[in-house]
Parts: sequence; C-alpha cells; structure tokens
Amino acid sequence: MCERVGHGALAGVTMVGVLRTPIAPRLRSNINPNDPEFIQNRDDMLEQLDVIEDLLDQAEAGGGPASMERMRSRGKMPVRERIAMALDPDSPFLEISPLAGYDSDYTVGGGMVIGIGVIAGTECVILANDPSVLGGALTPYAAKKWNRALQLARDNKMPYVSFVESAGADLRVETGNSGRRRVQVDHFAESGRFFYDLISLSGTGIPTVCVTFGSSTAGGAYQPGLSDYNIFIKQQTKVFLAGPPLVKMATGEESDDETLGGANMHSEVSGLGDYFAEDETDAIRMCREVVSHLNWRKAGPEPSFEVEEPTLDPAELLGLLSRDLKRPVDIRDVVGRIVDGSRFEEFKARYGTTLVCGWASVHGYPVGIVGNNGVLMPDAAEKAAHFIQLCNQIDVPLLFLQNITGFMVGRDFEADGIVKKGSQMLNAVSNSTVPHLTVIVGSSYGAGTYGMSGRAFGNRFTFLWPTAKIAVMGPSQIAGVMSIVRRAQAARKGIDFDEEEDAQIIAAVEAIQEAGSLALVASGAISDDGIVDPRDTRNVLGMCLSVVANKAVEGTEGYGVFRL
Amino acid sequence: MSETIRQIDTVLVANRGEIARRVARTAREMGIRVVTVFVDADADALHVDDADTAIRVGSYLDGDAIVEAALRMGADAVHPGYGYLSENSSFAAACEGAGLIWIGPTPAAIDAMGDKIEAKRHAVAADVPVLLSADDPDEFASVGFPLLIKAAAGGGGKGMRVVESAEELGEAIDAARREALTGFGDDRVFAERYVRRARHIEIQIVGDVHGSVVHLGERECSIQRRHQKIIEEAPSPFLGAERREAMGAAAVSLASAIGYVSTGTVEFLVDDESGEFFFLEVNTRLQVEHPVTEEITGIDLVRAQLRVAQGHPLDWAQGDIGFTGHSVEARIYAEDPSAGFLPATGTLHAFEAAAMPEVRLDSGVGPGSSIGTDFDPMIAKVISRAPTRAEAISSLALALERMHIGGVVTNRDFLAATLRTAEFAAGDTTTDFIERVDISSPPAEAETRFWGVAAAMWLQAMNRARAGVLASMPSGFRTGRLPAESVVFALEAGGGDNLEVHYRRLRDGGFVLGRDADQGTVVVHRVTPDSIDVEWGDIRSTARVTRAGDTLYLTGPKGTVGLSIVPRFVPPEAEVPVGAVAAPMPGRVVEVRVTQGEAVLAGDVVVVLEAMKMEHHLRAAEDGVATEVRVAAGDQVENGALLLVIDSTE
Repeated sequence: MCERVGHGALAGVTMVGVLRTPIAPRLRSNINPNDPEFIQNRDDMLEQLDVIEDLLDQAEAGGGPASMERMRSRGKMPVRERIAMALDPDSPFLEISPLAGYDSDYTVGGGMVIGIGVIAGTECVILANDPSVLGGALTPYAAKKWNRALQLARDNKMPYVSFVESAGADLRVETGNSGRRRVQVDHFAESGRFFYDLISLSGTGIPTVCVTFGSSTAGGAYQPGLSDYNIFIKQQTKVFLAGPPLVKMATGEESDDETLGGANMHSEVSGLGDYFAEDETDAIRMCREVVSHLNWRKAGPEPSFEVEEPTLDPAELLGLLSRDLKRPVDIRDVVGRIVDGSRFEEFKARYGTTLVCGWASVHGYPVGIVGNNGVLMPDAAEKAAHFIQLCNQIDVPLLFLQNITGFMVGRDFEADGIVKKGSQMLNAVSNSTVPHLTVIVGSSYGAGTYGMSGRAFGNRFTFLWPTAKIAVMGPSQIAGVMSIVRRAQAARKGIDFDEEEDAQIIAAVEAIQEAGSLALVASGAISDDGIVDPRDTRNVLGMCLSVVANKAVEGTEGYGVFRL
Repeated sequence: MSETIRQIDTVLVANRGEIARRVARTAREMGIRVVTVFVDADADALHVDDADTAIRVGSYLDGDAIVEAALRMGADAVHPGYGYLSENSSFAAACEGAGLIWIGPTPAAIDAMGDKIEAKRHAVAADVPVLLSADDPDEFASVGFPLLIKAAAGGGGKGMRVVESAEELGEAIDAARREALTGFGDDRVFAERYVRRARHIEIQIVGDVHGSVVHLGERECSIQRRHQKIIEEAPSPFLGAERREAMGAAAVSLASAIGYVSTGTVEFLVDDESGEFFFLEVNTRLQVEHPVTEEITGIDLVRAQLRVAQGHPLDWAQGDIGFTGHSVEARIYAEDPSAGFLPATGTLHAFEAAAMPEVRLDSGVGPGSSIGTDFDPMIAKVISRAPTRAEAISSLALALERMHIGGVVTNRDFLAATLRTAEFAAGDTTTDFIERVDISSPPAEAETRFWGVAAAMWLQAMNRARAGVLASMPSGFRTGRLPAESVVFALEAGGGDNLEVHYRRLRDGGFVLGRDADQGTVVVHRVTPDSIDVEWGDIRSTARVTRAGDTLYLTGPKGTVGLSIVPRFVPPEAEVPVGAVAAPMPGRVVEVRVTQGEAVLAGDVVVVLEAMKMEHHLRAAEDGVATEVRVAAGDQVENGALLLVIDSTE
C-alpha cells in the first residue's frame, strides 16, 4: 500500500521553525514533602483553594438558577455558554478577575465575565455581560472590569470581542440588601471613558467586534455604536438611545422595542447592524467568522525554546508557604516548579542574595525572572536594576515573583543608600518597556510591592496565590507603629498609658489589617487579575507570555537618569 | 504442440484493480517487467503505480488499443486477468496474431467454453452431468420451475434471474435480455433448472501445451449474494474424497477433450440433499477466488499460467498435487448490505489490514482511493489459511473485524458476521445461505459509546497539537468556570442517537466525562495522529484512527466505527424541497417517466435508474404534480442528487 501524494506536494515534510534546546542547569529541590510543616502548609492551601472553588461556583451561578432558567426559556444561553461556544474547541480561557465583587453586596463576578480566549485561532479579549445579574446592568465591579478589558486589548494589541446584553447603568440609588452602602467606585462623569477607550482601540488598529444578545440601551447602545463590527440577533437584539418608556416620557411617542431598535430595523433601515443572525448560535458563528477574517498576526515573537514540563513537581508549590508567611521560602523552589524543564540560569547568584535574578523559559517563551528571597537590601536593588536593563536590551519579558516585606530599613542601610539604590530599581522597573508579569506568592508590602512591578507600576498582568497578602506594611508592623505613636502622644500629654487597652487595640488593628490584606479582598476589588491555584501558575504565565506577544516585545532604549 | 520455450521478458496486464496487482506481483517475482493500461477513471489507481509503465486507453475492452499498447511497450505477452477481455477469443487471437503470447487458453477453447450453450454440449459429450436447459425462450418452461434465466454471453452472475412461475416468465425474459444487451452486447439468453438447496463447487484445472491437464481440487463458493460469490473456501466442507475425485475426473476429462491449456475452472452445482453434481460452465481464465487454491496447494497459479504460456510443461502430475490445511477468502465489496447490497461510492479514507492475525490481502485500493461507479464494486480480497477449517474461519473473521476501513460503506461487517454464524461453522453452506441465515449483527451500543469517547479524546489532542497559538497549553485550560468541552458525533452509518461527549480536563491530565462530571474518568495513555490508547472506567483499548474531513474512523477489535462531527454551527443552507425524489445511489438515468406539470399517483415509477447493471425503479411517495424535472435519460447522477420534485399540494 502506498501513500498518495497529490498535486506534486512533498509528503510527510513540514517546515517548522527551529526551536532552541534549553541548556541552562536544572534546579534542585529544597523541599521535603514529608515534613509536617510542609504537609500543614499544603492542607492550609487546599482549604483556601476550596473556598475559592466555592466562590467560582457562585460566580458561575450568576443571578441564580431562577434567573438562568428564565433566560433559557427565552432561548438564551447563559453568558458562560456563549463564551464557551465562541472559543476554539479545547483552547484555553484565562478568565480575569472572576471573583470581582467578593464580600460586597454584588454577586461574585459583578455581572460581567472578562477574559482572554482563542477565537478562530486568534487570541482575543472577551467581555460579556451576564444578563442573569441585574439584567446585565453595569455594576461598579463590571465597570472596573470593563476598563481592565479595554486596557488588556490596548496594552497587548489584541482584538476585542464583546457580548453585550445590558440594562445599562445601575439606576438604583438605594443601599444594598444588607443596608451597607454599595461601593462607589467612580462617578458618572468619569465613566464616559469606556466609550473613549473603546473607540480609541479601533483607531489604533485593534478591531472591535460586538454581538448584541439583548437590550443595549442608552449608554449601552454606544457599545455596538462604537464597535467596528455589529452582529445583531433576530427578535432579540434591541439597541436604542432610549427605550419605549423613556421615549414616552420624553416625547409622548408610543412605540415597541422591536420597531424602535430591533435587529431587523437596524439591519435593514438604520444600518447599525452589519450581520443579521437567526439566533444566538448563529450570532456566535458569525462572530467567529468575523474574527477569522481579521487576519490577525501577532507582532511579537513565537516561542523560541522547546517546551518541557518542569522536572520538579508543581504540586509541591502547595506546601511552600505557610499561612502566616513567617517561614522563609527559597524563591528558587517556586521558579523550579513553573519554568520549562526546571531550568534556570541564575545571574549574580552570589551578590545581593535576597533577590534572585535569572533566565528561564515558560511554555517556550524566554523570560527574565526577578524573585524575592527576603527583604530588599541595597545590593539586591542594584542587582535588580542591572538585570532589568539586560532584559530590556534583549527584548525579554520579565516575571516578578513577589514575596517581599519591603526595602530594608535601619541606620546602616540608609547609609548604604537604600533610598538611592531602591530608586534605581524603581527607575529600571518603571521605564522598562518589555512586558512585566507579576505573581504575588506571599507578602507584598510597601514600596516592595511597587519595586517588584506591582499593579500600579504598569505591569501587564498581576496574579495572586491564595497566600498573598498585600498592604502598605505587615499587620503587626502597622499595629506596632500605631501603638508607638499612641505611647508617644501619651508621654507628650503626660497621661498614663493604658497598657491593657493598647494590647486590645494592637490585636484589633492587626486583625483588621490582616483581613484587609488577604488575596481575596484584593482580588474582589479587582486590584489584580485573579487568584490562581499555585499549580496553574506555569500555565497562566505561559498564556500571558503568548498574550503579550501580540504586541512587539521591545525593551527600552533609554532610561531615566540613574541616581548612582 | 509447441516445442520451443518462448521467453517472456515483459508482460502487459490488460486489467485493473486487485487482479492486475496480483498478476504484477508474481510476474515481478519471476523477473518479468510489468506494463499495464488504464482508463481516465483509473488515473490514480494503484495498479498504475505498481506497473513500470502504463498506457492510457479509452476502455479496458478496447482490444485494438491494448494490443497496440503491448507492441509499443515491447511486451512479449498479454495477461488478461479476469473479466474484461479475459474470455474474449477474438482478443486472444488478435494478441497471437500480433506476435504476442496470450496468457490463457487457446481462442478455440475459449470459444468452446465461453458460450455456455456450446459448453454444455461439450460437457454432455464428455459424460459430465448437466442440468436440463432450454435455449429457445419459447421452450424455457419445459425445463421446469423454478428456473434460472442466464445471458448466453454473460458471466459473473450478471443478467441472471430466477423465475418461480410461468406467469413471471415473459417479463423476466425481457428484462434479462435488456440487461444482457447492455452488459455484454448480446441479448441471447437461456434457461436452466434451478436447484433450490444447491452448493456451488468448482474444480480448478491447469493444462499445458504438451497435453497434460491436472486438477487442483475444489473450491466451494456457495456464499453468494445476488448470485455473486462473496466467501469461498478450499477444500469444501461438503465433499468427501470420493466425490472430490469424481468431480475432479469429470473436470479433467472435459478439459482434456477440448485440449485445454492454462488455468480454468469447471463450475458445478451440487445438490445439497442428494449430493449429485451438475456441470454449470467453464471459466476460461483465472478466477477471482483462485487464492484459496493457492493457499492449500502451495501452487502459484499466475506462475503456472506464465510458465505454461512460455511453453513449459506442468511442474507436477496429478499425483503430486497435495492439499494442506484450509483456506477461506472473503471479498470486500463497496456496497451496503443493509440496503440490499447497493453499490456504495466515495473516497476510501481508511484502508489498512490489521497487523494480526496475518492474512493475505489482495487489494486494488489503498487509503485515499476513490470508489466510483465505473467499475465493479469489489475492492479487495482477504484470504486466511490455517491447519483447520475452524481456525481459518475464525482468523479470517478476526482479520476482517480488525481491518481499518472507512469512507466507503463495505460488506466487511457482513462478511465477518457471516463467518461467525453457527451455520457457516457447521459447513451448512448452500447458495441460499444469505436469504436463509440471519446475519444481522447490530453494533453494541456500549462499544459505540466507548469509541465515541475515544474519538473525542483523540480530537481534543489533535486540536491542541494543531493549535496556531497556545498549542502547549493543557487541553481546555481554565482559570474560571466555563461549561464542559463537548463534541457531538453522528454515526456515519446512520441510525441511533447522536453521541454527545462532554469532558473536562483534570489536573492529573485525565478527563472527567459528562456535563455534570458524572460519567467517570478517562485517561489517554497514548495518542498519535493515527491511533489512540484510551482507558475509560476500567476498560482500556486501542483504536486505529483516521480523520477525513469531519469524520473520524476508529477501528477497535470489532470493526470500524465512522463518527461524523456534528458541527457546532450550521451554516445557512438551501432548504430541501418537500416531495423531492433523490437518487438512492450513483447511476445513470435510463428513463424519466414524467414530464414537468404531469400528475402522478403515489407508487408510480417516475425514474428508472441503472447502477451496476441493475435497474432501480424510483416511485412517487404521494399523489401530486411533477413541478420540477431536473434530469433526462442518459444523465449520470451522484448519490443523493435531486432528480425531480413532486408537489402533493397541487
């Protein structure tokens, strides 16, 4: 039997890019998985992960079973089914901030799903209203997610796909069910920024594709209005500046929503609709077809190394960090469980040893890693500045692994120029133009948060482990500092210092600060992109490295003046 | 009698398909160069690939072109294979006239035996028992009913009709003549007695130019559908040594009487009850089922033909011929046993013999071969050999079941099921076997489900491997909640519910099944572009996998399941008109009995379609008016083609 070869093609030969074989040495493990402390840490971590799983279930439930059922009875799919159907089969989906709105009066998730997925072979930012939650009305959390989605598309130069079905702004002025005031994240006057950003995407060559699954009223109407491609669904899409009630109020005109802003009218008369879909499935098909014609080519590099799973067991990441973060962790034990083949080429291994720098690859993408092995010392800050410049020189993205209580304080360190050398590091981080990915595995306190390319320092992605704690300083330090201040005040005023009361205050402040620093609180406030299971770190980073490569990866050619 | 040896250096094989390849194999082994011919429809055929050189001709029946081709290619000899010009004495004579060696019996022997009426006279003269028959249609009734009408110039079962009573006779004669005319260009037919419980047993003979004729024992070919053999075996489980000897002697005596040279087959009808045998005909060529004789005698019949043609004496006398073990052959046809064995067409996306058990595969096709209506639907033969009949049957059944075949409907499952019946095992093989024995073998639902899961797992692995971005990410990686991945398959064979497979990747690399993760876990032990080794629950099995378009073919231990991916999205497509009459198979329109606007009644024949030399009557399903007539007589139509529309509302 012979293999048939048609049209003169050479059978069995495919040209592939040449991938480099990594040659950096493999890291060795410093872990004893049978150590009781390790086992305790792991059990604690799994318990925390269970809590997160429950919260993800809540996010998936959206507005609840009754609300979901109502949608289904109208032939509508739940938001997550819409997304799943749009994605390429078996491709990954990186949901961003799924636990937004945690511990608030709003449903976990905030009534919106955002993430990065692959549609027709193209990595896209996907934003979808969850109409089961308050009819898809724009909660403060949804607003912040929307901003983040636009930022992701802009910063990484990726097509932006939105699945719109929103009652519009949340017009209710009352407080939430619990009587607590809803979080006021921003003001109406600011929120127009969405529209500005959305239309800016288009202007910078980033296509915006909008499928309007239901009502999109008033401000919402501008989502399709400002998108490059509009897919409307028969008898389902309603887009108008004002719905029948407001029209009646404004002009007295009687109308129904189908004639006022139905898919048919927009497709045949107004011209707002570009594609007329028979139903939701048809609309998603059209969406995939539109993305497939975008001719999207990533401006950044392809993976350059062969992909090899880590030789150290990623499951052991679960037992590294203790719940109280008191026990030191060798960050190389994290590195070795997330990088390709556990291979790591360390830079300046004997200098500034409280910071670990070196090169590795994750899912084939080269990456420079900066990880904390203790408090930031002046020499470690210098080393970081050096290393970050090197990565910029060779256009390699940076990965920051944060477990940082801050820059070292004290007389000797001030004298050694901790402010000066710390500023060098901040300068290097701030002006670096290669993409930064940040994972907070443990502490993230004070200026260390920023120096290690925290959210405020323009990184592309920030992910937390469940063990992460983020604050201006550690809870006991805050409580202690405040106690010292109180004691000094008492001494100044010449009154007796109530030690018992002080102890109570210290305990209370510590507890409040501790609670406020938890990963879930940070993630609920969308101050990051989500909490990841430590075992997923490698895959999340691999996906992020692919995502950032949609835009050219280019290091800076100039830095601010280094204070040397 | 020729005294000189005429060396053959180059042979032209004037045939196609498995037999052309079969002849080429032995010729090459004997150091003979092989050239061949091909027609347009065979441009991609494997026999063309096999040959050193091939000449394009208008038809395999174009004797002049073939002789011309042989001369141009410098061939010394022509091997006609079977069918086509193999029993055409004028072609044999033309070859000899052009100085080419004809590999086959002399034109005179072909003439004597090729015409069935003539052959019977020779048989009677040689004291070989025959069935009563009549050549004059007016006298057909005299042979008694049931009777069989056959084309005088026919062969291979084409144009045969059983007539049960005098009332049916007239119409049957007309139909038989029509088919004989289109099939063989000769509308003469004859009738003979029909033995109800009969066995078809034939004797292989070989003669040389020095006057020797031997027989190589019998083959039983009783398993037939529509008078065409599908399973043959040697030796026959029915014959004892005595009757074998008697039949052999009769065959040799007949062959000797006409100075038979080369290979031939004397066919007998054996009455299952009385054991009497009746001469049927002599096939003056190599038979399709010749391999079973080769397997039990160790004699290469093509080699024997080539040696005899060169003038060599036979290598053996009758006493040297011995039989070892048992051999069974099954013919794989591109046809649908569940639809009355209608010919099937398409691209044979998957076609591969299993590594075990080892069997002989004489095949004209390979993966990617296109199966059309231009040629006979037999695509391959699978032949087993074993020390005992039971083992030969079982190993053939197993080999068939493990064969990877997809893309074209075949009778493979039917053959395997036939071999696995108690009746076949018992040797209760008569020519009415297919009508008499229940051979249905519905696929086990649980197994289909298992392969559906395996297909889903294979597909996800390939989806990952082929991904343009993020290809190294785990399948369906999620950081939040999304519904389970899912794929829906329709059974390519039709029938049954669609198979829905929902799955989610687990952290350990396995998958949990079910929308609600309640159908157990699957582990993919190994997956390659053409296989998968999968474990679901506590069952682990391996399948050969081929993907063609949106269809996956998975071959496990018990056959191939074709699973078509039901697309997630159905692009808008033209609606099929109500009342459409579509072609049930590819073929040629013989007659359109309605015109546009004409009223028809339910059951009226509206189109007559001819496919594989059979006429098929397509009828109106309801009373109505023909609103659209899209075809005319002579049109070639594809399977499913819309022929006309009958509007029952008008």
